[in-house]
Amino acid sequence: MLREILVMVLMISGALFMFLAGVGLLRMPDLFLRMSSTSKAGTLGAGLILLGAAIHFDNFGIYTRAIAIIVFLMLTAPVAAHMIGRAAYFDGVPLWKGTVQDDLRGHYRASTHALERTIVPESDVLTTETLGEDFDY
Amino acid sequence: MNEVLWNILLALLSAGLVFAFTRLARGPHLPDRVIALDLISILAMGFIVAYAVRFDQPVFLDVAIILAIISFLGTVAFAYYLERRI
Repeated sequence: MLREILVMVLMISGALFMFLAGVGLLRMPDLFLRMSSTSKAGTLGAGLILLGAAIHFDNFGIYTRAIAIIVFLMLTAPVAAHMIGRAAYFDGVPLWKGTVQDDLRGHYRASTHALERTIVPESDVLTTETLGEDFDY
Repeated sequence: MNEVLWNILLALLSAGLVFAFTRLARGPHLPDRVIALDLISILAMGFIVAYAVRFDQPVFLDVAIILAIISFLGTVAFAYYLERRI
């Protein structure tokens, strides 16, 4: 009985986090904000649901499998999010108009895609729109 | 009581899936669609695990492993494509 309650609490909270990831993906104003909401809340929700499943089955093989999936998700979700964010920044996806600071502005060299410590000269700088006035939510 | 909780869980997951599909359909840029696809595959994984618990079939967890691997590889491939396209 206690285990059923624990499983239900874990799975419902995991589903809630996944729902919030969907809401964040739909409602956030900017690609980078959307990405931060989906990668973090989605991973946490999937991890909670898997933990609930492992406790429900209560079997050594299932525990191993569930922990393997959780570790794999926690390793790969930041990598995938970073790659997509980097590609989107090179693609020139505009930032939200309420953005205060863009630390990468002027630090990417357009010809080699390399990140440099000093400001790249004007002829080789990556052109990224910072303000998207016509953003639809 | 338990049935109601299951319905709530599946309704939450379905609502998240609908939102992700909306972003996939109207995302203004290609990276928006890619992250929507990523979230859709994670949500599908949650669905599969929930069904495995609901109907007491632990074999479905293997499908979740495969889906996690495939979704990561797909996202990485899309990121490579996006970066090389410029």
